[in-house]
Amino acid sequence: MIPFTIDGQPVEGRENGNILEVSLDAGIEIPHLCYHESVRPYGACRVCLVEVARKGKTRLTTACTYPVLEGIKVSTKTEKVLRARRMMIELILAMCPDDKLIQDMAGEMGVHEVRFKKEEKDCILCGLCGRVCEEVVGANAIHFAFRGDRREMIPPYQAEAMSCIACGACVVACPVNVIKMKEEGDERTIIRWKRTLKMKKCKVCGNYFAPWFQLEKFKEQAKLSKDFFDICYTCRT
Amino acid sequence: MREVGLKTLYPGTTKISVGMATCGLSTGAGKVYDAIQKEVEKGKLPIRLSQTGCIGFCQREPVVDILEPGKPRIFYQGVTPERSAELVHQWLENKVVGDLLLCKMEREDWIVDGKTKDYSILQTPSGVDGTPLYHQVPFYGKQLKIALRNCGFINPDSIEEYVARGGYFSLCKALFDMKPEAIIEEVKRSGLRGRGGAGFPTGNKWESARRAKGDRKFILCNADEGDPGAYMDRSVLEGDPHSVIEGMIIGAYAIGAREGFIYVRDEYPLAIKKLRIALAEAEKVGLLGENILGSGFSLKINLFRGGGAFVCGESTALMASIEGSVGEPRAKHIHTTESGLWDKPSNLNNVETWNNVPIIISRGADWYSKIGTEGSKGTKVFSVVGKVNNTGLVEVPMGITLREIVYDVGGGVPEGKKFKAVQTGGPSGGCIPESLLNLPVDFDRLTEVGSMMGSGGMIVMDESTCMVDVAKYFMNFLKDESCGKCTSCREGTKRMHEILTEITEGRGTIDHIALLEELGWVTAEASLCQLGGTAPNPVLSTIRYFRDEYEEHIIHKRCPAKVCRALLKYRILSDVCISCGRCAKACPAEAITGKQKTKKEKGKPFKIDQKKCIKCGMCLEACKVEAVEVE
Repeated sequence: MIPFTIDGQPVEGRENGNILEVSLDAGIEIPHLCYHESVRPYGACRVCLVEVARKGKTRLTTACTYPVLEGIKVSTKTEKVLRARRMMIELILAMCPDDKLIQDMAGEMGVHEVRFKKEEKDCILCGLCGRVCEEVVGANAIHFAFRGDRREMIPPYQAEAMSCIACGACVVACPVNVIKMKEEGDERTIIRWKRTLKMKKCKVCGNYFAPWFQLEKFKEQAKLSKDFFDICYTCRT
Repeated sequence: MREVGLKTLYPGTTKISVGMATCGLSTGAGKVYDAIQKEVEKGKLPIRLSQTGCIGFCQREPVVDILEPGKPRIFYQGVTPERSAELVHQWLENKVVGDLLLCKMEREDWIVDGKTKDYSILQTPSGVDGTPLYHQVPFYGKQLKIALRNCGFINPDSIEEYVARGGYFSLCKALFDMKPEAIIEEVKRSGLRGRGGAGFPTGNKWESARRAKGDRKFILCNADEGDPGAYMDRSVLEGDPHSVIEGMIIGAYAIGAREGFIYVRDEYPLAIKKLRIALAEAEKVGLLGENILGSGFSLKINLFRGGGAFVCGESTALMASIEGSVGEPRAKHIHTTESGLWDKPSNLNNVETWNNVPIIISRGADWYSKIGTEGSKGTKVFSVVGKVNNTGLVEVPMGITLREIVYDVGGGVPEGKKFKAVQTGGPSGGCIPESLLNLPVDFDRLTEVGSMMGSGGMIVMDESTCMVDVAKYFMNFLKDESCGKCTSCREGTKRMHEILTEITEGRGTIDHIALLEELGWVTAEASLCQLGGTAPNPVLSTIRYFRDEYEEHIIHKRCPAKVCRALLKYRILSDVCISCGRCAKACPAEAITGKQKTKKEKGKPFKIDQKKCIKCGMCLEACKVEAVEVE
């Protein structure tokens, strides 16, 4: 384990670890939006800003992308850090002024009004849905498209996400809860990606439990007995 | 090979070279070449025709030069296809076309080996005596051409001509007489710093790439030149591609890389073509590929065409792009020299940096480090554009003042207008005011005043340029070209652009200045890569030096440079108006009324209805008697 300090408190991190995970484990709260422990750190939202002192130089950086290094001194609550974070959350709030989570987060940081023109977006462009889809699920159904202020998370060509298996991992990962899933009869729809798939019935309990397409994909990769995917998770255990 | 090159460089007969880089071609050099060729073929004239790269004086293109043994070399400017025949025939009669003369040359310096090629002049064509020598032309007078040493003098497609002027001798020296460590030491001692913009010491970068663990390493060349108005690298690639390749081979040998990529932007078709030819030629003669010149060292260099994103000039985005991913920067707390392309140690340098390497090897660090300032050695190529008489590509020693570049080399501001600012460093550079014109140009001084060296763009602005509008222009560029990953850069540039638009359209408030400063600070501090890190420079530097212009826009709703349309007010001076009605006819908004004079009637002065006026300025252009006034 590699020793360093956060706000003067001695901590230890694993090799290839990052400051944010160590900090959260140590109970030192750092606000964050685009970080999730099950995917690689990305550093898009820039909310988890901290100051890191290394080799006599101090710089502002995101805690999620900064590697654990011996002897670094991390400060999470300096005036510079708080000032930059406030502007960051104000910029995000201006994109999505109606989002409850962002409103609360901004409020906690002391940002109560927005000095920019308010937009009506819902997505904060953190990219978690796309990264979970790629790194955890392996479906690569959605990706960022376009540059600069036209950036969007979309399925290819804005059409139905043809490689989406409707597993719902993105729905769970989204920090602002704007990816919705609905199940009606034998169909499951991920509304944002325009993807509707037929569901399979469990051979034991008779409930619809997962999309056919998803189970076929799993069958290809999982090397399990053929009937493993005929039974729902609940009945299996 | 050298003999072959010398024979084509200095044939026994008359040789005419046409500057055919992109800048020349866009002004019609291709047609000039065809016209001369037709003339030569028609008369079966004893003339050898050749093409070459850009000689730098873009304002005066197409440039054609004539070289004949025993005579001074003559450079013509602004040659047209129509006058090409005249030019050829006058020469054959030992005369020149006086009004097209640019300068003459009596000898040329081969900067690579320090030798001089004297033209041993025996006779001078009539009409040449009064013509200035190359170095007497103010545009060239203060220049020192190291990076551009061969541009305009060799045929870029001929490896022999490159060799004839000393090319690839540095490579031989490096491969056979020097150890990799000694090469790195030489580059370190030379003080060469990265010409791509950041100014990182090249030797130190090479050293860490050499020390990095890994049996597979990459050597990379950044030719993704994307700054608006900047074309230094394009000219080098189009006019002297082998200089870059030679630098890369030396670098690869020094750090121990066997594979390389040149990442060139796809908007440079001619540069790509010239590079392809050069790489193939070098491979053919054994300067690239397996066992180079029998030294046991091998290197393969691939050409990679860029995807069209400005951000791909950033090192990690460039590597992501080569890997086949979206060109998006990533955090590099671990340097790319240790973990870069495909997570292997990778050494990336810019075109101009690579091009400087052979010179350092041949002339030595001591010679090289005598040029320039304490912290910045050598020369730097700038593309000087904007409100300046001599636009073009200039290469000057570091430490020269901005004033010398703008006034001596650039020839000052045209039409007697007043100089206002010079912007250095590309879209994310800063605007430097007249009071700082005596600033010596080097990496550190430019950063101190809130701008940067960047890759070498230099845009001159005069009194008719509005600084708020300039900041808005660059923010518009950057908000489009930010990759969009970081909130700070994507939203920061967008919001700065939004606020600047408000100010230029008369809706600005005094709080906006502080808000811009706050946004600028956070965009620079919180963004991942240097696109965001430097993006606020145009805004912050214009606020720093031209705050009064911001205040004029905000408080008095006035644009002093008369650029911001929404703030202008057009008025017709009734005592000057001759009631001709031209303005009313030109007005697309039908906002101008009056009574037109006829032969019988006198007419009444015209008036502009401010409510209807869309401030397009058509009336101003239409008026023959300057009766339209802009406030």
